[in-house]
Amino acid sequence: MAVLEVTGSNFNQEVLQSDVPVLVDFYATWCGPCKMLRPTLEQIAADRQDVKVIAVNIEDEDELADQYEVSAIPCVVLFKNGAEADRSVGLVPRDALEAML
Amino acid sequence: MTDIIIIGAGPAGMTAAIYARRAAKSVLVLEALSYGGQIINTPDIENYPVAAHISGFDFATKVYEQAQALGAEFKFEKALSVEDNGAEKIVRTAKNSYTAKAVIIATGSQNRKLGVENETKLVGRGISYCATCDGAFYRGKRVAVVGGGNTALEDALYLADIAEKVYLIHRRDSFRGEELTADALRARDNVELVLNSTVRELHFDKRLTSVTVADKAGNPREIEVSGLFVAVGRIPENSDFSAVLELDRAGYAVASENCRTKTPGVFVAGDNRVKDVRQLVTATADGAVAATEAIRFVNEH
Ligand SMILES: Cc1cc2nc3c(=O)[nH]c(=O)nc-3n(C[C@H](O)[C@H](O)[C@H](O)COP(=O)(O)OP(=O)(O)OC[C@H]3O[C@@H](n4cnc5c(N)ncnc54)[C@H](O)[C@@H]3O)c2cc1C
Repeated sequence: MAVLEVTGSNFNQEVLQSDVPVLVDFYATWCGPCKMLRPTLEQIAADRQDVKVIAVNIEDEDELADQYEVSAIPCVVLFKNGAEADRSVGLVPRDALEAML
Repeated sequence: MTDIIIIGAGPAGMTAAIYARRAAKSVLVLEALSYGGQIINTPDIENYPVAAHISGFDFATKVYEQAQALGAEFKFEKALSVEDNGAEKIVRTAKNSYTAKAVIIATGSQNRKLGVENETKLVGRGISYCATCDGAFYRGKRVAVVGGGNTALEDALYLADIAEKVYLIHRRDSFRGEELTADALRARDNVELVLNSTVRELHFDKRLTSVTVADKAGNPREIEVSGLFVAVGRIPENSDFSAVLELDRAGYAVASENCRTKTPGVFVAGDNRVKDVRQLVTATADGAVAATEAIRFVNEH
């Protein structure tokens, strides 16, 4: 699977109602570390069938960013059964993201 | 055996890779996180010759592509130690060990933490080490900056344009940073200097809500802020390599302009070396010098 770009209108369906755990990457286009992290998320999305990887652009979707109290990016929030289970802030290696799962 | 192993794919390490490849040496670059180093954090570089404006990400990507096109090999593994066996140096990572005739340590530096309880837990929930990266999240809010150097002063000034109120907390009564910047801060109505004070406690519910500072006499004061920007300097990433490096009191690798260390065949380049100016242009200059020294070492041995 690829990294799916999500907005406020389908967040509920794609993230909160997902049957599998979801990693949500809150990012911005001006954020260098976010760009560096993206290939890692793409790899996870490609390699693992048991997780979904979603991206949320915080400039377009500032309400989602506010709602989940994102105040530093990259911020990857893990959702399980419709609720936040964990989060990781900053540029981290793949191991650190997978350790949350 | 590789000719030259370079530890760290920041500006210094990648420049060293370019020079070493142009001299037809085999090159392996080991990087713990991602190529680019610290500079990827800045959206705009304005002081590197030729590029009047370039983002740190684009800068890093261009240097990376240049080094790759010249044939440098990159592996994303953290180097855990360097062992000197004379003609052969061994670099160990968690899964592998690599051997080389010469090693360049270009590991740069990391943000220094305050060392207050719950600090790590609150990163991204109110604690930040980069005002230009995270400042925008604090529009109209109350924030504090900790530190007394240029970074702290510039961060406070930057945040004064965004936040409702900025407290600048500093443990002394004078700043190490430039007087002009300090004066500019004093002229701002929404900036309050909290001097002779250190941060003792962080208070939070889901995220940071306030900090307790104490002055020299130990008198506590609670300051309500939703953001705390820590700018208390950087720590060089040398501690894993102290077997082959001499370190100064702050942990920087002792080496002069020629980037040689106490260990023949081991060189340092960039922000982790003892020097006055830590910028891109000095990091890339070190990369060139260290590579040239390493090439000479390989040729002679
Ligand atoms: C927010 C910000 C803005 C800046 N803006 C500017 C600017 O506008 N102009 C300017 O000239 N300078 C600027 N700088 C400074 C500049 O980024 C640094 O001087 C420069 O990046 C130093 O390069 P370096 O290669 O020595 O180290 P770094 O950039 O720190 O790179 C070191 C690399 O080594 C890696 N590493 C560390 N330990 C290991 C290990 N054990 N194994 C493998 N890899 C390891 C790190 O992950 C990193 O990628 C800025 C810095 C910051 C933080």
